[in-house]
Amino acid sequence: MHHTIEVAALSFAYPDGHRALQDISLHIAPGEKVALLGPNGAGKSTLLLHLNGILRTQAGQVKVCGLEVTEKTLGQVRAAVGLVFQNPDDQLFSPTVFDDVAFGPIYQGLSAADVRRRVDEALAAVHMSDYKARVSHHLSTGEKKRIAIATVLSMGPEILALDEPTAGLDPRARRGLLRLLAELPQTMLVATHDIRMVLELLPRTVIMDRGVIVADGPSAEILADAALLAEHGLEVY
Amino acid sequence: MTHAHFLDPYRPRASLIHALDPRVKFLLAVGFILAAALTPPAAWAAYILLAALALAATVLSELGVGYVLRRSGLALPFVLAAFPVLFTLDGAALLHFRLGPLVLTLSDAGLVRFVSIALKSWLSVQAAIVLAGTTPFPELLLAMRSLRIPRLLVAIIGLMWRYLFVLADEALRLMRARAARSAAAAEPGRRVGGTVAWRARVTGGMAGNLFLRSFDRADRIYNAMAARGYDGEVRMLPIPRVPLGQRVLVGLALAGLALVVLLGYLL
Amino acid sequence: MFLSVQPMHIPDGFLSVAVSVLLWLLSVAAIAYALQRVNRELGERQVPLMGVLAACIFAGQMLNFSVTGGTSGHLMGAAIATILLGPWAAIIVMTAVVSVQALIFQDGGLLALGANLFNMGVIGVTVSYFAYHTLRRLTGDKPWSIIVSGFVAAWLSIFIASLAVALQLAVSGTSPANVAVAAMGGVHALIGIGEGLITAGALAFLLATRRDLVGAGAPRGESSRTVWLGGLAIAALLAVLAPLASAHPDGLEWVAEQSGFLDRAQGPLYNIIPDYLLPGVSNEALSTILAGIIGLLIVAGVTLAVGQSRRRRASEGETK
Repeated sequence: MHHTIEVAALSFAYPDGHRALQDISLHIAPGEKVALLGPNGAGKSTLLLHLNGILRTQAGQVKVCGLEVTEKTLGQVRAAVGLVFQNPDDQLFSPTVFDDVAFGPIYQGLSAADVRRRVDEALAAVHMSDYKARVSHHLSTGEKKRIAIATVLSMGPEILALDEPTAGLDPRARRGLLRLLAELPQTMLVATHDIRMVLELLPRTVIMDRGVIVADGPSAEILADAALLAEHGLEVY
Repeated sequence: MTHAHFLDPYRPRASLIHALDPRVKFLLAVGFILAAALTPPAAWAAYILLAALALAATVLSELGVGYVLRRSGLALPFVLAAFPVLFTLDGAALLHFRLGPLVLTLSDAGLVRFVSIALKSWLSVQAAIVLAGTTPFPELLLAMRSLRIPRLLVAIIGLMWRYLFVLADEALRLMRARAARSAAAAEPGRRVGGTVAWRARVTGGMAGNLFLRSFDRADRIYNAMAARGYDGEVRMLPIPRVPLGQRVLVGLALAGLALVVLLGYLL
Repeated sequence: MFLSVQPMHIPDGFLSVAVSVLLWLLSVAAIAYALQRVNRELGERQVPLMGVLAACIFAGQMLNFSVTGGTSGHLMGAAIATILLGPWAAIIVMTAVVSVQALIFQDGGLLALGANLFNMGVIGVTVSYFAYHTLRRLTGDKPWSIIVSGFVAAWLSIFIASLAVALQLAVSGTSPANVAVAAMGGVHALIGIGEGLITAGALAFLLATRRDLVGAGAPRGESSRTVWLGGLAIAALLAVLAPLASAHPDGLEWVAEQSGFLDRAQGPLYNIIPDYLLPGVSNEALSTILAGIIGLLIVAGVTLAVGQSRRRRASEGETK
């Protein structure tokens, strides 16, 4: 069967010897919304960085939309997977909101007119159309998170890989972001500590700890298993 | 939350000058500064015209004459560097000072030179203030690109400007933390918290800390750029042409400035 | 508080056009070459790395410590940038910092930017590189050797750059060389101590936390040869300029007079206009008065126009 994300026997160690991923296998079907839970250092971010080839596979295989992630497919893979980093100040590196949202489409080689159209569409999708000329520094954290999502939506991705999308948000900004994520049609893999968001938004949950997948199943079941959660330093609050 | 908003001198207004193309403003500001530099010393008539132009631009910009004049005082301390010309140029003696064994003679030529330098400097800085106050930095980057500054350098400067605010916030937090630890150190003029060398070492540690965070941040930003297809080549959208009317304006204004300079030599 | 004008940044008005243009050309050549080198050595990581480190130097200049009374020590950054990044990247980083200081904060002029880039970028970095690596070679690879070399490199970078500023002012006829060199050198010999202490403190911190970062700017074969040549060129330039400027405080004007340029340039022009247009009023006074009237008219006209357009905008805003 063809899956949107197919990870098979993936292992990865950082140059300092730290083994961040060990024999990870994971299949995600088109349109699925999946939570990736686990304590800090479990390897969640490392896994996300593999999905669009920022980190290259050392052992095992990563396939995205049927394409194996290699040097050759990098361009297609990066357009297909929108990776949204945890800290929007790292993701928004351009002087203005427009420049940031246009960055991906420009590197996809689109014409100037197409780039502008993509920017308009992406900003409309995150309800931030008025922010085109704004300077990123002057935005609130919630606004930055939305723009960060727009910066990858403009590339027309099939998959969104989000790292801690609700971290650092006040309740109102968090609520707004949840509403936004619920509207987006893409396949989603969301690394998070926000278990209430998982229950609300993401029907399937994968738990990672120390570089391995320790549980994978319907969110309602997994999050009801207090013993499993406690064992991996997670709690429903 | 500490925020380094004060770092951005851009003040949004609905003025005519704000509406000008950034390239036009840049050329006019540099043209004005060049004209001031080319005007010979003691060409008072030309200085008056330049001052009128600077004041007119300030009024047109709606930045507030008081604001521009206050900021223009920033460059004044440097005038000290020109102070010695008062006493060292040959000319008719105006005044004598006795400093111990030294006798200083204020000459008219020295006075003229000194006042000319101070005036030119003061007028030039006003032009630069109006430029920075009416042009958002991203538009200045656009102007840089059309001036054939390498895109690589423009990209670096753009990134620097973006993270200037983030890192300035971090620097402020570091200083606040230091102030919180050494109770009275924030009071000016008081020597608290060890020797000068010790304080310098602490400050150096803060700078080192800032560098460390910057290296890590550069890595994360590179990841974010690569994730969106960045391949090391700097690509940007093409810049639109300057409207014809504004081109004409630049031509006329530069010709006018050239005329003022010429007047400075003639009269 | 954070926008203190540092005596190293020359504002517009203090340099002659010839000096400004010459230093612009030298700086542009150095920066263009440095860009090429950085491109080759750092590849695609250079934009984020240079950009963030330039921001870091900029923010680092805000960190200050009280020396005594109202004065405080703070950072220019050429030395620490050179030590951490190597000379080429350091020139680019200083270029970004100094340019934005001029463009945004009027710290240093725009026409004078070429000179400021030359002093703080090219000279600051070259001197730091020379001093640091020469001392390291003499003292070995111990932590104290790195810290002491860093201190000396930072102090020298400030001191030598200030001498260059003094010479440029002298050649421009803004300040007599014998006074400028002594005054600038004296003041910056003190300021340089602050630079040295902060640089040493930063190096000590990095040595304790991330030793690997401190070795990154080490010389590599051909790279160092170009810097040595550049350094020699700067030294030669200073050696030629210094005596010239000291002997003739009026620098270029003296050159112009010697060649008879001023006479030829101005003589005929004076003859076009009669000495007196009105009896009893000198030509110069008249022209000054006229200029004053024209200037007043311009400013008054503009003020009226802006006032009217504002009122119009205000009334439009009300009707909406």
